[in-house]
Order: sequence, then structure tokens, then C-alpha cells
Amino acid sequence: MNITTKERPAELAICAHQLNLWYGTFQALFEVDLNIKKGMITSLIGPSGCGKSTFLRSINRINERLGYVRISGRVEVFDQEIYAPEVELIQLRKQVGMVFQRPNPLPTSIRENVLFGHKLHNSKSGSRAEQDEIVESALRQVLLWDKVKDRLHHKATKLSLEEQQKLCIARLLPVKPGVLLMDEPCSALDPKGTEAVEELIWELRGKYSILIVTHNMAQARRASEECIFMLMGKVVEHTLTSQMFVTPARQETADYIEGRYG
Amino acid sequence: MFAATELNKKNQRTEKLVRILFVMMAGLLILPVLIILTTLVYKGGGILSIDFLFTNPTNGMTEGGIFPALLGTIWLVVVALLISVPLGIAAAIYLSEYAPDNWGTRLINLAIINLAGVPSIVHALFGLGAFVIFFEFGTSILAASLTLAIMTLPVVIVATRESLQAVPHAFREACWNMGATRWQTIRRVVLPNAVSGILTGVILEVSRSAGETAPIMFTGAVFFSPFLPQGVMDQTMAMSLHLFVVSTQVPNVPENLPYGVALVLIGMVLIMNSISIAFRMHLRGKKKW
Repeated sequence: MNITTKERPAELAICAHQLNLWYGTFQALFEVDLNIKKGMITSLIGPSGCGKSTFLRSINRINERLGYVRISGRVEVFDQEIYAPEVELIQLRKQVGMVFQRPNPLPTSIRENVLFGHKLHNSKSGSRAEQDEIVESALRQVLLWDKVKDRLHHKATKLSLEEQQKLCIARLLPVKPGVLLMDEPCSALDPKGTEAVEELIWELRGKYSILIVTHNMAQARRASEECIFMLMGKVVEHTLTSQMFVTPARQETADYIEGRYG
Repeated sequence: MFAATELNKKNQRTEKLVRILFVMMAGLLILPVLIILTTLVYKGGGILSIDFLFTNPTNGMTEGGIFPALLGTIWLVVVALLISVPLGIAAAIYLSEYAPDNWGTRLINLAIINLAGVPSIVHALFGLGAFVIFFEFGTSILAASLTLAIMTLPVVIVATRESLQAVPHAFREACWNMGATRWQTIRRVVLPNAVSGILTGVILEVSRSAGETAPIMFTGAVFFSPFLPQGVMDQTMAMSLHLFVVSTQVPNVPENLPYGVALVLIGMVLIMNSISIAFRMHLRGKKKW
């Protein structure tokens, strides 16, 4: 059923092993085993409440903020156990960036948004020229540079939603993350914005390992290489996207992608 | 089919009546403010002059100006601010950004609500016992300002906490997800966006402590002093107490003098409040999310 576990590929970005997660007494994840490959775009689909966002949020450990979350099992990012006691959350979050459903640029300038993470993680924020370079490189990577290079000091919150979302991706890049987690990154955008952000995600493939949670099956089909289908906190199927949408291995998957529920 | 029935008509009439009633009730609120202000201006406006503001009272306080009281009130308010603002903001940051939801936090919140409800005369006696006598500050600006600070602390805490909470949670999430610590998040994102609300709280505190009489009466303000205060350990005159004194304690005061004092006092408070409102509107216009 699970083609990626047959042979363990050399390079994994994220590896979950027998991961269980509880919110208080409610169990949200059941023995999740997943191997997510490095440099690939993997999409995570499934009906609301299936645990896809929960899984995403357990990879940068932002779930723990809630205080009543309990976990068993293991999660590795680049072969490092992230729930080990010696793990510094700040380093983990530097390595694993997160993009939200609603673009959430900080209420400062475009430039300051891009430099925010960089300044957090470096005691010296560097010369003006170095900063300029960081800003340009990050904005170029998200295909935003030409549009905003003349107004870097404008408020980020004045940009269009599509540009804001790109900026939210750009501001992760200066601290050189390996993994980008995206929680329904296009669901607040109009079709044009969605297309532009999907294009960008596709562009970032290879440089970053990207895990996208999406409600939109067409999007998973268009914009990912591998696809994971989850249901009721369990992984049902994990396979090549092209394969999942043509010949799903499991009945539940077939029913879901044909829209019989969800 | 769609014509109004008797019941509809009756309901519509009640609706109109109720609406008029509420408008009138709300409108009534303007009345006391208007009456107070016009009375003060009418009866005390004549005495106002630069000299009135900047000279000492003379002839058994029946003539002259109010300078020592004006200066004293400024002293008291500024020292009270220096104490309560850092304390209040720190407490509010803890309550808004750090405090877990447990009985300890609830106890602190309960204490704040109760502190706000303590009558000012009780604060005065507390200040007398604690600062004047126990800590041996004597009757001084320091003791009086400490008393005022404690009394107005809930105002600062509540205003600050509310303006911190008004900063969208998404900003905090964004920061935490980039690996910011709580303090980095607060310093770089939350506080800068809460400044307008915090300042409003501070200015509210100013106007409240400028007007209070009871808490300073036993702790640092005096009836009459020929000297201006030189430091926080000195006693001082104050506007609110001066108003009380010239209205009730001194014989043969011309009628317009207490009204003039009241006008200056209320003028100070109104100016402060207007600044607060203007400032808040200015900052609110600037931020957009």
C-alpha cells in the first residue's frame, strides 16, 4: 500500500514513525508512519478533521503551545529526532518554516518582514549592503522582487493577498530552512493568486522540501509530486500524485477523490 | 397579503416609542457635562489670567494665584506615573502574554478588580499607614504619589492588557513559527502595535490622579505652603486639595476663586483626555490590518 516504505530512500526530509497525538483525551493522530522525501513537494489531503493540519503542526512543534497536547512515537527531520530533549525549538523552527492559510505579514515594511527572521537568529544583523542582498535574494526566490523593489518601505499589509502570501514565504528563506510547511496556503486567494502561488511553490521544488496541506484536490493534483491521503487521523495512502488520482489503491481514497464524501 | 395587521401596527408604534426613549436617555448624558462647564466658565472664567496661574496665593488664600498647587499637582502626577506605568505595563504583559489560565492568574485578576473597587479614602488610610508611617517617608510627594500609583494601577493594567490582546493573534503565531521567543515577539511586534492603547490608559491615569483629593490629603498634600517643592520628600500643595480648602475651609474667599480653581483643574483633565483621544485616532489611522 505504501510505496515509499518498501525501500528506505537515502534522503528523507521528514520521517514519522508510529506517531500518535492527543489533544487532551481526544486522539487526533493514530500510528502515523510517513516518509517524506527531500526536495519534493508532497501534498496532504483528506476531509476536515482528518488530522492533516495536526500532523503539519507537529513537525515544527507549534502544537505544544496549546499545552494539552501529548505525543508518542517519533518524528525525524533530516534524520534528527525532533522530540528529543536536547532539541532547541528555536533551531527546529529555523529549519522548518511554516506558511499559514491566511497570509500573516507583520505590520511593518516589506523589507522588515523579510529581515525579521534573519534579525531574530543573528545577534548582528549585518551591514546595510548585506541586508539588501538578503532582501533581494529572498524576494527574487518568491518572484516578488520586480513587483516590489521600488517600494520596499511600504507597509506589507497593503500588498494584495497573493503578494502577502509570497512575502510570508520569502521571509522564511533568509534563515535557510530545509522544510517548508504550508497549511492551505492558497485558500484565502482568488484563482489568479492561487495560480501564482502554486507556480511559486513549483519553482521552489528541489531547493526546499515542501509539505502542503490542502482541501483542494485539484491543487494537490496540479502542484505536488507525491500525495498523502489521511482519514480519521490515519494515513490511508501515500503515493505518487499522478498515480493516486488515476489508480488509487484504496477504496476510501477513490471515494474521496471522486467526491463521494468530504 | 402583505398589508399590516393591527398587531404589526402596534409593534411599530412601540418600536418608535422605545427608540425615542433611548435617544433621550443617551442625550441626557450631555446635560451634566454642559451644566458643569458653563457654570464653571460663567462663575470662574473671569478670574483666569496668566497671573492667576503663575503666582502664589496671598492674603490668607483669598487673593493671588494658584501656582504652588498647580506645580504640586504636576509633581504628584509625574511621580505617580513613574511608579505605576512600568509596574502596570509589566504586570499587564505578564497577564496577557505569559500567564497560564490557572487559579494563580485568576487570583491576580481578582486582586486587580478589587483594587479598582477600593474607595479612595481607604487608599488614603493605607498610604498613611504604609508609606508615611511604616516606610517613614513622612507626608511627602513620594508617599502621596505611591498612594496615587497604587490606586490607579488597575487602570494602567486593564488598559494595557486590553490593548495587548487587541493585537491580532496571527502576528504572534507568525513570530513563534519563525523561532522567536515570547519576549522577542512582545518587544518587536506586540508592544509596538499596542502603544496607542497603552498611552490612552496612561493618560486616563493622569486625569484620574490629578483630580483625586482623599489619597493625597493624609499622605503628602498640605493646606498651604509658602514654598515650592524641591524634591520628592517635600510636602506640596495640590489643585484638588486647594479647591477643597478654598471652598470650605477659608473664610471670606471671593466667590469666583474656587470656581476658577475648579475650572483650571477640569481644564487640565479635559486637555489630557483630548490629547489622549487625538493621539489614539492618529495611531489608529496609521495602523491597518
